[in-house]
Amino acid sequence: MDLTPHLPVLQVVVPLLSSPLLLLLRPRGLAWAGAAAVALLSFAIALNMALAVAAGIQFSYAVGGWEPPYGIALSVDAFSALILLIVTGAGAIAILAGKPSVDREIDAERQPLFYSAWILAMAGLTGIALSADAFNIFVFMEISSLASYVLIAGGPDRRALPAVFKYLIMGTIGATFYLIGVGLVYMMTGTLNLADMEARIGGVTDINPLLVAAGFITIGLALKAAVFPLHVWLPNAYTHAPHMITVFLAACATKVAIYVLLRFDFFVFQANLDRHDVQFSLFLMPLALLGILVASAVAMFEGHIKRLLAMSSVAQIGYIMLGASFITEAGLTASALHMFNHALAKGGLFLAIAGLACHYGDLRLARLAGAARSMPWTAAALVVCGFSLVGIPGTAGFVSKWLLLDAALDEGRFAAVLVGVILVSSLMALAYVWRIVETLYFKPAAQDVATPTGEAPLPLLLAAWLAAIANIGFGLFPQFPLELCSAAAELLLGHTL
Amino acid sequence: MNLLELLGYFNYWVFAIVLTVGLYTVIAKINLVKKLIGLSIFQSAVFLMYITMDKVEGGTAPIIQKGMENQVFSNPLPQVLILTAIVVGVSTLALGLAIVVRIFEAYGTIEEDEILDAD
Amino acid sequence: MIIIFALFLLSLLVITALAIVQTKNLFVAVMLTSIFSLLMAANFFILDAADVALTEAAVGAGITTVIFLSALALTTEREKAVQSAQRLTLVVVAVLATLIIYATFDKPRLGDPEAPVHQHLAPWYLEKTPEYMDFPNVVTAVLGSFRGYDTLGEVFVVFAACIGVLFILGVKPPGDRHYDPHASGLRHHLIPQVVGRLLIPFIVLFGLYVQFHGEYGPGGGFQAGALIASGVILYALLEGETAALRAVPRYVLMGLVIGGASLYGAVGLVCILLGGNFLEYSVLSSNPVSGQQLGILLIEAGVGMAVCGALLSIFHAFAARPMRV
Repeated sequence: MDLTPHLPVLQVVVPLLSSPLLLLLRPRGLAWAGAAAVALLSFAIALNMALAVAAGIQFSYAVGGWEPPYGIALSVDAFSALILLIVTGAGAIAILAGKPSVDREIDAERQPLFYSAWILAMAGLTGIALSADAFNIFVFMEISSLASYVLIAGGPDRRALPAVFKYLIMGTIGATFYLIGVGLVYMMTGTLNLADMEARIGGVTDINPLLVAAGFITIGLALKAAVFPLHVWLPNAYTHAPHMITVFLAACATKVAIYVLLRFDFFVFQANLDRHDVQFSLFLMPLALLGILVASAVAMFEGHIKRLLAMSSVAQIGYIMLGASFITEAGLTASALHMFNHALAKGGLFLAIAGLACHYGDLRLARLAGAARSMPWTAAALVVCGFSLVGIPGTAGFVSKWLLLDAALDEGRFAAVLVGVILVSSLMALAYVWRIVETLYFKPAAQDVATPTGEAPLPLLLAAWLAAIANIGFGLFPQFPLELCSAAAELLLGHTL
Repeated sequence: MNLLELLGYFNYWVFAIVLTVGLYTVIAKINLVKKLIGLSIFQSAVFLMYITMDKVEGGTAPIIQKGMENQVFSNPLPQVLILTAIVVGVSTLALGLAIVVRIFEAYGTIEEDEILDAD
Repeated sequence: MIIIFALFLLSLLVITALAIVQTKNLFVAVMLTSIFSLLMAANFFILDAADVALTEAAVGAGITTVIFLSALALTTEREKAVQSAQRLTLVVVAVLATLIIYATFDKPRLGDPEAPVHQHLAPWYLEKTPEYMDFPNVVTAVLGSFRGYDTLGEVFVVFAACIGVLFILGVKPPGDRHYDPHASGLRHHLIPQVVGRLLIPFIVLFGLYVQFHGEYGPGGGFQAGALIASGVILYALLEGETAALRAVPRYVLMGLVIGGASLYGAVGLVCILLGGNFLEYSVLSSNPVSGQQLGILLIEAGVGMAVCGALLSIFHAFAARPMRV
């Protein structure tokens, strides 16, 4: 039986339906094995679809056999394929490699629940990426958010609890704002399907509710995507979450929210609301610039390695939003590519940190001094990924930063300011990455910290090195992601004509 | 302006007021359970907005009785959306309360400022 | 006449909301929230949304209140009285309210049959439901079939909450807490006992009625699951936690949750195997109309099972937790 036309729905259904079944796998380690298998299968489906999309095929699927807009439609194009790759790839690697770290942090009795929630989060995120219906996106957004709250609260650190509570409050406000926006658009156009909205929105006479709707949707999704200044939930949530969950969330969670924001904005609003593109730029560009500068500055002075990298993530989200706010093909390509590269770089960094955490209980920078002497391979992987984060030539990060600079130079009067901000923040990134390198390699070990007995556990080490090599590989040969990203940019812009 | 129209405006104003009351409670109050109550009120206001959209003048609930001709029905779609949203809201609430219980056990308080001071 | 009543209800709604913000006693706040939900449900009913009114009453006024009260029993009832002036929040929130009210002046007037909302999708659903599914309740048709994928997502949201609560409350509380496994609930109070014993079978029966008649009148899986869960919760309150767990043990609840969610997904997958799209029920039987009816019956059963199991698991996770004496 040829399952190819059903791939879009299987991408969601496979993890979604496996999640309750994982609860039945009580014996030790079986839940992990089941989750790993499901994650790999999802990655295989995503890869399959991405290759097909790169060859020019577009998938669309009418769930229930009802054609849109009467039923819910799924669609896979370049942009969604990119996001699917990121989500399933991050999930697969984190689950496969993370067993040693998860075993240390989550007690065996609760592990089936933990892995079930993880697979459910993956299902939710892929569901968002595939959906072409505004309300369906809300439902899957809440699935992934609820599952994420559960995952973050899982670790032994009690500070995770207030952090996840704040995330829950802000995330639910964001989702509800999104719901209000969708309701207003539905009120004026009478449909929930994105493509249909695009077609009908031109015929609306009173645009005030639509402007209010655009505002609500943007703010709601910005809350979920941790765009400055609505990012306050992110540092604590990432810092105190179990280490493998930080790997997973840092790589993909906020990017899916940005994906929805860009899709909604470019597909539905920009084409049809006069001067909306100007409003979009005017609103988002300064926030992106501020986010990049403030977050990078705070990261330079952070004492805890996870919180440092979490603030760095806020800065990187700023880069992604900056590229999008240019509303040019170059800008959007840089933005999409940075989503991919940041996932690789941050994922690798947090994988290495999870490895460090297997031997060091306290992850404050001062306590990690001299770690490189006892764990040389782990530290080396960390350094390579760190360089990719900064954008050293030869790494993936360099490619997206270069594209961003290139796009910024086209911005006329603002070019100088933009280029300046990008360069200054890159220097700040170099500063905080150097701080980490210096502490790990050149400082003497702290007196009262036990010397680790060996390297990080093998799966984590291999995964961290896989990420490090991928960073270099995609830095030297960026063709595949670049192709997907420019196709995505073209798609987004094509709807503004 | 007939009575139905007045009801329509009144509905939207009540929606705006309850929304902001809920949002104020979530942001300004520091007791965690109060915040969750505010969140629940905030979400209920959104449900009111959606259901207000579904009424058709002279209509009735969208249940098609056999044999009755030319009935005017209200819109079924917002109802379906809000059924889903209500369930989502209650799920979030349950999870939030579980977290609050654990916070109380770990910190001994559910006032946000005391929790921030404790760490 | 009914419009005056609706205006009155809406005003009560605002007053209740303001009262909730003001009060410092959390128990009072939870009770007021329950009243708020009931007023909302009445409002929904006036606006012709019968299914939603039923769900809001069962889930919002019923289950939410129970969970809140369980959480309050485990934490504390008083809110701290000292509040710093929240001027900035007040200003931001007032601006937001003005913005929304400003936007309402352009909205289509209430009940206008020419509004965009009532064109396009709604008439199609109203027209095609008798044709494709041949049963009266259009809301169930849209929920179960036309937008069945959303409902699948909704079941999994409930599932996520269930495993989340079990996971988060699966950690043993600190040692100074005490759990009385022989707690006898309200057994020493006569009136709740008598009335409860009479009511519980009817509640469960009504829940089953709502489950299976969802296609003919307001009702369906969610409402039914919530109602049956309420019946069991009432039993737990009357007879004590342990008795309730003996009546409906934890593994049964887990089975309901996993079984219900899997049933829904399995129906969808079977549709693929039979040659249709995911959740395309028409292929389930030789006659597409009976295929649709069969599909909706099965998924509503799955939804009812999953919701009932999940809500009860959540209740037991809170209720069986040792509290500080």
